[in-house]
Amino acid sequence: MEKEIKQKEETEEETKKRTIVVPGEVVATGSAYLPGEGTRRDGNDIIASKFGLLEKSDKLIKIIPLSGAYIPRVGNTVIGQVIDVTFNGWQVDIASPQLAFLPVSECFGFINKMDLNETYTFRDMIVTKIKSIKSRGIDVSMRERGLRRLEGGMIIKINPTRVPRVIGRAGSMANIIKDEANCSLVVGQNGIVWIRGISVENELLAKEAIELIVEKPFVAGLTEKIKEFLVKRKKELGFKEENIEKKEIKEEKETKEKE
Amino acid sequence: MDVSNLTKKRIEELLREDRRLDKRKPLEYREIFIETGISKNAEGSARAKIGDTEVLAGVKMGIMEPYTDSPDKGSLMVTVELSPIASENFESGPPTIRAIELARIIDRGIRESGFIDLKKLCVKKGELVWNVFIDIYPLNDDGNLIDAAALATIAALKEAVFPKLEDDKISYGEFTTKKLPLGNMPITITSYFVGDRFIVDPTTEEEESAKCRVSVAMTFDKEDYIHALQKSGDAPLTEKQIDEALTIASREGKKLHAKVLSQLKK
Amino acid sequence: MVYKREDGRAFDETRKVEAKVGIIKRADGSAMFSFGGSKAIAAVYGPRQLHPQHLQKPEKGLLRCYYDMLSFSVTERKKPGPSRRSSEISFVTTKSLEPVLQLDQFPNTVIDVYIMILQADASTRCAGINAASMALANAGLEMTELVTAVSMGKIGDAIVADLTKEEEDFSITKDGEEIKAATDIPMAFLSRSGKISLLQLDGKIKQEELKEAMAVAKKVCKKIEEIQKNAIKKINED
Repeated sequence: MEKEIKQKEETEEETKKRTIVVPGEVVATGSAYLPGEGTRRDGNDIIASKFGLLEKSDKLIKIIPLSGAYIPRVGNTVIGQVIDVTFNGWQVDIASPQLAFLPVSECFGFINKMDLNETYTFRDMIVTKIKSIKSRGIDVSMRERGLRRLEGGMIIKINPTRVPRVIGRAGSMANIIKDEANCSLVVGQNGIVWIRGISVENELLAKEAIELIVEKPFVAGLTEKIKEFLVKRKKELGFKEENIEKKEIKEEKETKEKE
Repeated sequence: MDVSNLTKKRIEELLREDRRLDKRKPLEYREIFIETGISKNAEGSARAKIGDTEVLAGVKMGIMEPYTDSPDKGSLMVTVELSPIASENFESGPPTIRAIELARIIDRGIRESGFIDLKKLCVKKGELVWNVFIDIYPLNDDGNLIDAAALATIAALKEAVFPKLEDDKISYGEFTTKKLPLGNMPITITSYFVGDRFIVDPTTEEEESAKCRVSVAMTFDKEDYIHALQKSGDAPLTEKQIDEALTIASREGKKLHAKVLSQLKK
Repeated sequence: MVYKREDGRAFDETRKVEAKVGIIKRADGSAMFSFGGSKAIAAVYGPRQLHPQHLQKPEKGLLRCYYDMLSFSVTERKKPGPSRRSSEISFVTTKSLEPVLQLDQFPNTVIDVYIMILQADASTRCAGINAASMALANAGLEMTELVTAVSMGKIGDAIVADLTKEEEDFSITKDGEEIKAATDIPMAFLSRSGKISLLQLDGKIKQEELKEAMAVAKKVCKKIEEIQKNAIKKINED
């Protein structure tokens, strides 16, 4: 789930070559490049249509956004808050311009159709997947392994454009945080992040690491730096190492029993 | 998105160990920054920041005939505009009860403490008095707007000067160097009840997790006095809890008072 | 009558321009812009849900701009709340920014832009538009280009850029009567296409003089645009 987006780790030089552009700026002329996301063709020029980092690769030129609201895409895994319970489903706030809807038909297992509150109720946080996007609304689904209501832990909100960095290439960054901070971690594509550690200290530690990544996403060798930071910080805070695996199995068991 | 029940639970758990998400102590304020003279057409103006919460306040003066029942007193009017600039939860339109309550809390602190002595705003008894308009605009809401608004207000009043009077009319755009006659500076400390204890200066998530709050305006001179008090929010409190909020206001108020004086001297 | 500017500026010179982005943390995008003593801030919230539902447009999103002034931003206190003047300025501001936004990418939603004048010394709507344009870019929205505004004026025979309040109120005495002698012309240009998205005028001016004013405005706006661009790019300066 967390391994959706792949991000190329950069060398220091590659970062320096990146330029920041604003809407209306010419980023290329002629037909050497095709206009990718965040750019448009205007006559002989390719123009930036968003504020962000310019990325040129082979024949494609595009903008990596540095800010902006989350734009939902089908297939995205997001974390949302249940804000209403209706007769046939739940309205979910997924921190995007449109509200999402979770129909009963998209849920697993036994559902008490007489009282949907028993399954999910107001202010519950759920990990869910975007199934379809239409002009009248977004539909989400729980029909996949790992999608569930979240228990315990805490929620933090980050800039959605930083999500690929927090997840890392093939989930590498997220795994470092999970291993070193001894916690479970779900990073929603919509910038909503859930952290659950074996203690609150672990959660606060993971939060610190994520805040660092969000602040400086384009530093080279960031994964190593975050690992070093976590190791150093644990020493500073006087952490006691604990085996996480046993705890995780216990959690999963508890969750399954509830369902 | 409102604060989730998960985070709220964590906030309450941490508080039982005297800890907060941003590593502050329960009765610790974020960094305070006060700047005056931020709007040159005002008789007095100030910007106050507590952490990322930012509020502007401005003083404008008017001249008028006094009310018949108080021929030697000027008037004071405090208005708060909760502009949608400061938060996605604020809407354009006429003042909401939240804006009105905030304005009246600040008003009582200024008025009852005698910070502005309305009698000293008299030009000619029975004929001409000054009125003081204080307008407060939050620019960024990250919790604890009340205390930030109170700080901006007292700073703006401290900087304020009288406008020029010519033939009993105000010459707009011209100022004197005569400062407003001010008394003891009131300090407002609001205690928020989160979980089962009080904290001060909450962030947005802490404020959304609070069950109620108690705002206290005090002056600290030879003796400490309470001039205004407002309990607000859903949950009721015991006498002991109210007393605790007053103790907090007294202790933290003194500290804040010293901080404000040093900021204003710069 | 040859007009000389009180502050010694050249006719095509603006007052000191200051620009900064990211000043309101809670907003999706924000910026500050000032022409000398006229200071404006803008905050962008959106795209977000549009209520009430009947205002929603299925084919494209809605842009709403709200212009307001601090009650103490002017010499005589302005009562809080909308006025006919602020409603009209909100309206023309919306129209000046709409052309650059790709609103069809956000059907049924709204982008709200709140402009607040912190200190007024004429040209406030132009300062507001300049701040709003930067705030929209800072919010990561898709825009074809930036929007840059300046208020031109005709004072006596001179075409000048960026009027002060004093210049706006300029009058001459003829036969013992005070006659208004300044024409105020706020304008906004789209940075790449050079098209005009805001144009208002009040006073007395000939067609050729207006053409000259537009030509000067275009040049002045090019300079302002550079300042806007640099401010938008400076995001990590805090």
